[in-house]
Amino acid sequence: MAGPGLAGVENATAPASPSGRRPRRVRRTTPRNTLTAGSGLGLGLAMVWFSILVLLPLAAVVATAGENGLSRYLDVLRNDQTWAAVTLTVGQSALVTLVNVLVGTIIAWVLVRDSFWGKGLLNVVIDIPFALPTIVAGLVLLSLYGPQSPIGVHAAFTRYAVFLALAFVTLPFIVRTVQPVLEELDTDVEEAAASLGAGRGVIFRRIILPALTPAITAGAALSFARAISEYGSLVLLSGNKPYSTEVVSVRVLTFIENGNNASAAALASVMLAVALLVIVLLDIVQRRVARRG
Amino acid sequence: MARTVTVSKPTTWLLRLIAVTYVFFLVAWPVGLLVRRTFSNGLTNLTDALSDEKVVGALQLTAVVAGWAVVINLVFGVTISILLVRFEFPGKRVLSALVDLPLSVSPVVVGLALVLAYNGRDGLVGPALEDGGLQIIFATPGMIMATCFVALPLVIREVVPTLTEIGDDQEQAARSLGASAPQTFWRITLPSIKWAVIYGVVLSLGRAVGEFGAVKVVSGNITNETQTATLLVEAKYQNFQQDQAYAIAFLLILVSVACLLVVAFLRPKNEK
Repeated sequence: MAGPGLAGVENATAPASPSGRRPRRVRRTTPRNTLTAGSGLGLGLAMVWFSILVLLPLAAVVATAGENGLSRYLDVLRNDQTWAAVTLTVGQSALVTLVNVLVGTIIAWVLVRDSFWGKGLLNVVIDIPFALPTIVAGLVLLSLYGPQSPIGVHAAFTRYAVFLALAFVTLPFIVRTVQPVLEELDTDVEEAAASLGAGRGVIFRRIILPALTPAITAGAALSFARAISEYGSLVLLSGNKPYSTEVVSVRVLTFIENGNNASAAALASVMLAVALLVIVLLDIVQRRVARRG
Repeated sequence: MARTVTVSKPTTWLLRLIAVTYVFFLVAWPVGLLVRRTFSNGLTNLTDALSDEKVVGALQLTAVVAGWAVVINLVFGVTISILLVRFEFPGKRVLSALVDLPLSVSPVVVGLALVLAYNGRDGLVGPALEDGGLQIIFATPGMIMATCFVALPLVIREVVPTLTEIGDDQEQAARSLGASAPQTFWRITLPSIKWAVIYGVVLSLGRAVGEFGAVKVVSGNITNETQTATLLVEAKYQNFQQDQAYAIAFLLILVSVACLLVVAFLRPKNEK
């Protein structure tokens, strides 16, 4: 199943004309308008709701962040505790994404190319982190890695807890982006390479890996974006200790709870910028894949 | 014999072991443990929780908020999907990128954004709305909006690929035979995207029931008034009523796993 963000790699581009390069270029220079009266009204209403729900509130964040001028804005970001939260979040997210790239690709490989008893179950379990409410995800991890751990691991309230929570919630991203690509991959090329004497390592490096790279990149971007914005699963698990296990989202919430909306908005605007960056990156990757056909 | 290039036996086993162990320790075992703790005293945890007024209230509120959010996202999602796939208009590419934005925005930031726009004290338009008698923040409308925001792309991401795939031949045929636009929509378009819409709704429902961060910021977390099930899990756990926290969490797991299974079992049938 495709959870949020997973359908991405192959289908989200949805080119209006499947035929190739030229129509796209034409379309870009002269945007046509094929709206009828009815669909125009539909677009209008949809845009009004979209503006009320998304655009206006996000504009409010940017406006509030810029309210007190550039120097106050930078002060918020230069604050030691904020900086500690930023480095922790970015560091752990990068680490988790790296682990996901490795393990996620392995899991996708096992799900597609291997067959063993219980594979179907594995396939369903992969999606649990998406389906589970984040606060429940935290509670669930706490039961194995918390104070009452049956295996004596006390990771709760340490940096390892942050890593665990992020790894849990981002597990499906790379698996679910790589899996469909691996399924579609034509094995003829691999067989040809093997028959011409290429070793397994060479085949993997020169044939399989290049085909998977866009999917892995897209999955990694989604996983990183999700990790740096994670909140719910960390609330119970990480203890939210300033300078030690406090992530950016928690810091924003602390600002809000203290009534310091300007600082919250300043930090939030940085997170928004990163989210936008990821979306642009995904768009570029998808377009490149679509163009290659 | 080999459908694919053979991987040596030890490597196969190693990869299999890594995959299964990782998923077991990270997901399967912790979830299993939580379920076991819920039933450690038999059914008493569950019955205790369900006889607590607060818990029942929170579950009802979650149902109301999730229900509204899913209905709104359904209508909006189907509309936007059809517009994105079937029509050309200026700004289309920007719109299609923007509808994905909620997926990578932190729930806390979503909550903050809604508060900054709609709070009654110094919000962008909040004071004006409250003078008109509509309170959004710390009330149900705000919670519905927060839930809509985070679940926004789910219906669209399911419907857009299906709409693209089926093409518009049948719709054009219907139109050329004299069907009106609404007739074409109800008789041709909707039946052919039915399953995609259902998946989208199920995914949205799962997400809506489980939303925590955005709702926490927007709701003010007032016991018995704006406390949803997920917020109550946190409150109960921090009040050392862990048994009840486990029980509510178990109910939430049931809902999300049910959503998961519905999608997992419906999808292959549809694709064949």
